Amino acid sequence: MSDPATLLTPLHALHVELGARMGPFAGYDMPIQFASGILAEHLHTRSRAGLFDVSHMGQAELVGPDHATVAAALERLCPADFLGLAPGRQRYSQLLNAEGGIIDDLMVSRPPDADGRLNLVVNASRKTIDFALLESSLPSSVRLTRLDRLALVAVQGPAAVAVLERLEPNSGLAAMAFMSARPIRFGRFTAFVSRSGYTGEDGFEISLPADEAEAFARRLLADPEVASVGLGARDSLRLEAGLCLYGHELDETINPIEAGLAWSIQKRRRLEGGFPGAARIQAALASGPARKRVGLRPEGRAPARDGAEVVDASGAEIGRVTSGGFGPSVGGPIAMGYVADSAAAAGTLVSLIVRGKPLAARVSPLPFHPHAYHRG
Amino acid sequence: MTDTRYTKDHEYARVEGDVATVGISDHAQEALGDVVFVELPALGAKLAKGDSAAVVESVKAASDVFAPVSGEVVEVNKDVDAQPALINEDAMGRGWIFKIKVANAAELTSLLSEVDYAAFLKTLA
Repeated sequence: MSDPATLLTPLHALHVELGARMGPFAGYDMPIQFASGILAEHLHTRSRAGLFDVSHMGQAELVGPDHATVAAALERLCPADFLGLAPGRQRYSQLLNAEGGIIDDLMVSRPPDADGRLNLVVNASRKTIDFALLESSLPSSVRLTRLDRLALVAVQGPAAVAVLERLEPNSGLAAMAFMSARPIRFGRFTAFVSRSGYTGEDGFEISLPADEAEAFARRLLADPEVASVGLGARDSLRLEAGLCLYGHELDETINPIEAGLAWSIQKRRRLEGGFPGAARIQAALASGPARKRVGLRPEGRAPARDGAEVVDASGAEIGRVTSGGFGPSVGGPIAMGYVADSAAAAGTLVSLIVRGKPLAARVSPLPFHPHAYHRG
Repeated sequence: MTDTRYTKDHEYARVEGDVATVGISDHAQEALGDVVFVELPALGAKLAKGDSAAVVESVKAASDVFAPVSGEVVEVNKDVDAQPALINEDAMGRGWIFKIKVANAAELTSLLSEVDYAAFLKTLA
């Protein structure tokens, strides 16, 4: 039985009913896998449609008198260009500390139909810290409202758009561009939907009232293309897609340039700064970071896991694995980690220390599995 | 006559003569999830009871397989090397991991019988 202090998402009873193997994550009792297992759930998502409960993540909105005021307030904490974020668009960024280290990564959306609002989705493990930081940093004209009465589900995979179109024909969802965000009516409630996700596949993240979530999930699961997917496959999917996980590739000692996230710092912000750690980040942009996030492909079949040392031919430590496991779509072991800049070129031969022995691996480009985002 | 004994770490030892076939139990494979890699012991390795003999890797984690008895490794299962999923499909049969020549038959008596292992599993539920 779960500890009474453990948090539950609105879909908890459904997961248990479906026979999910549950486990603790960020204080929540979450489904790690369902009956078919991690491998099958992963492969199903890449070929059909996976349904993910991500209601544990932190949802909030910033509300102010107009877009410029709200955007400027968030720009004091994040290095992305939010002023230039168009209505109905979503952007990926990070909350930074004074050294330019990453407090959390997040998705920010500008609703198309309401001025002076930005929707935020942050990591479950960091939401308490993030919301406290935001509340203490915002000017008096901008307010943070936590959206605790909303669930968040993701439908990801090549069949996702067809599934949602069958569920609610002509909702407008099928025409959504990648990284767009807008309200979508599903029968008796309106959800806030973005065309984005954490798997590398086409898909949607759907923010809806918590008391509608179970019925909505059941309707989705009634579609033969849809299967429930747990956190185990969520992790293998994002690893194959080369996406960062907070607490692994990202933490307060790592800056976005080392993490390979310079693309998320738009040009105006690189030039102007005005976010925490800007000087350090500008220096890293100018001269290149001393260490870089890379993909790693063990040459054998043994996986290397989080924490494994990366060494060079002479046995000197040049880095560390931050995530590692098995890629079901790739068909072999994959990992991500940080290595010294001198060893970061794709193809570089390194060794990963696994159970005290060096295993040969090569630095690999990311993603391990090609992204299939909707570019139509 | 073959006799299958178990450890509380969910290894089994199926004894025929003085050779024990060792693998992980069906309960263990179910708990581990999809097996993606098996690190087999070296042929000829001399193991003490309780030594880490092999490693079974699932998508999420690595799990040690401990020698249920002391002895020398006389055979390893090339089939699970090539097809790790055999451990999920048939942990007690084709998913065996290695065979060990039992150095001290007395060690077998301290392992759990089939009935005792089943009872032990109920206490874990």
